[in-house]
Amino acid sequence: MSGFLLEGKDLTKEFPAGGNKTVHAVSNVSLGLNEGETLGLVGESGCGKSTLGRMMIRALKPTSGEVFFRGRSLTAMSDREFAAVRRRFQMIFQDPYASLNPRMTVRSLIAEPLETHRICSGKKETTEKVLELMDAVGVPGDFLYRYPHQFSGGQRQRIGIARAIAQSPEVIVCDEPVSALDVSVRNQILNLLSDLRKTRGLTYLFISHDLSVVRHISDRVCVMFLGKICESGPTEEIWSSPAHPYTSFLLRAVPKADPKRRTDASALLTGEIPSPIDPPAGCRFHTRCPYAGKICAQEEPPLRTWGERTVACHFPLNR
Amino acid sequence: MRNILEVRHLCAGFPTLKGEAVAVNDVSLTVPEGKIVGLVGESGCGKSMTARAVMGLIRYPGRVISGSILLDGRELVGMPKKEKRALRGSEMSMIFQEPMTSLNPVMKVGRQVEEAIRIHEKVTAEEAARRSVEILTKVGVPEAKKRCLCYPHQLSGGLRQRVMIAMAMILGPRLLIADEPTTALDVTVEAQILQLMRTLSSGGTGILLISHDLGVIAQLCDHVYVMYAGRIVESADVNELFDRPLHPYTRGLLNSVRSLRGGGDVLDTIPGAVPNLTRMPAGCGFSPRCPERCDECVMDVPGLVDMGNGHLVRCRPAEGEEAK
Repeated sequence: MSGFLLEGKDLTKEFPAGGNKTVHAVSNVSLGLNEGETLGLVGESGCGKSTLGRMMIRALKPTSGEVFFRGRSLTAMSDREFAAVRRRFQMIFQDPYASLNPRMTVRSLIAEPLETHRICSGKKETTEKVLELMDAVGVPGDFLYRYPHQFSGGQRQRIGIARAIAQSPEVIVCDEPVSALDVSVRNQILNLLSDLRKTRGLTYLFISHDLSVVRHISDRVCVMFLGKICESGPTEEIWSSPAHPYTSFLLRAVPKADPKRRTDASALLTGEIPSPIDPPAGCRFHTRCPYAGKICAQEEPPLRTWGERTVACHFPLNR
Repeated sequence: MRNILEVRHLCAGFPTLKGEAVAVNDVSLTVPEGKIVGLVGESGCGKSMTARAVMGLIRYPGRVISGSILLDGRELVGMPKKEKRALRGSEMSMIFQEPMTSLNPVMKVGRQVEEAIRIHEKVTAEEAARRSVEILTKVGVPEAKKRCLCYPHQLSGGLRQRVMIAMAMILGPRLLIADEPTTALDVTVEAQILQLMRTLSSGGTGILLISHDLGVIAQLCDHVYVMYAGRIVESADVNELFDRPLHPYTRGLLNSVRSLRGGGDVLDTIPGAVPNLTRMPAGCGFSPRCPERCDECVMDVPGLVDMGNGHLVRCRPAEGEEAK
């Protein structure tokens, strides 16, 4: 038995796309979260990272595959059984504007999860708990009866985080939690997330397309491309020696905030991301890969493992 | 070198219940021929409003309050609508952040690209179609002829942005304003679009690039203006700005980005949030968040002072430091 806190095995999610077509959003992906770690999930839009994140906490039912929490299958549970463990899992969303009900005050927004799970008894205790949570995320207590529109984006995201930690969850799926925020505010929220992880012993699945954010916050990283994990391993190892060609191009494409280190044209990937409705045969990256050989178009690359690293490529780099 | 665009002491704003909010306050900037000039700042700092003022696209009841905008020597402020319309598309054009909302969803792509030619020039349909295929090929749309018959939803985000750029470039404008052109795109596609912008500027087009992303600014620009709460707070050559940022806000932004890459445990931040336009602090707009604030800072707004090498900064403590 593996020591993962939360583990997904051979997860696949397909959506009907009309006219007998299927979107292969996630295909046969396995991943595990160790207790107390932050696992980064990076990839470009449409690669299936959000779908995978949702399946991991049973917010979305996989087409096939299983999810285990402390060795128990979440996917096999009945709705009733799952309701008892649901509070162990929470999500933080990208858009704090869209994820808070504009007609609810901060108090009722943060109290909602407390009331749903009957964590507090009585109004007074609830208000106390709400104030305690507001303090934990850095929203001044005087704002108890304000509405979401009276806050800035950063403050709203703090309220979203307070809602997520209200029921003392163990795992939080953070889906692009800082992508909608300005640079100067983004770091405040990242610091808050790091603090909460330490003080509350949380485990994060951190989904983002922003590679520098993922690098900062994650202990390990999984790189996704078109519904598959193409590479995973400890963050710094991946940054210093990416093994999958896609990872390497992705890292080099990030615009560096240094005018003396401009990206040259040779570091660019050509073409666009293929459609998940009709993913290429063999290795899904082969249509854009400059190192692709004949085998890449025919056979799906096996997962190679060494140390803590895995890569799915016929011709891995830096090996 | 000729200046394609010269904005002088521009003020623009819109009325609110609490009086007129001045979103762009005394902004002066210059875009020379063949250069990429960056305008960087956070949401609500007035950078998009500045761009819209230049294009004459500020929506009523917003308005240009005062100042001058010279496009290749011609004054745009107060120019009759009809004359300005003749310049838009042919002399200056703009691309926006989200290509899906700026393209017409029920009109084929080719037709949308041709539109500018049909409006500005008397050409045959065949000629217009030929030229739209030509420009689409030039901006890197594969199988351009086939794509002309597609609707926007059939194209990927990167291709849509290329279509937008083709529409903006088809008449060879001298000024291109790009408002967050890559923010909605993925990293690998973003890098392609940035490369395309470089090619356009080397062809002589002056580009005003608006972005919140210091990475994009560093990769692309020759000169950079930093905007905060409606004002230009710093202006310098790109290398100078990244090597020797003088304004505490610019330094804060750069530290925010650099500490993210530094690997430290706690990230550098700028405390607080961007001020509301209707509740602007007295004196320097950045003073409530500034670590170097002194008594004078909250009295009145500091002027933009040249610190040598054309490096301008609007900050009293920074001036004092350099003088020492």
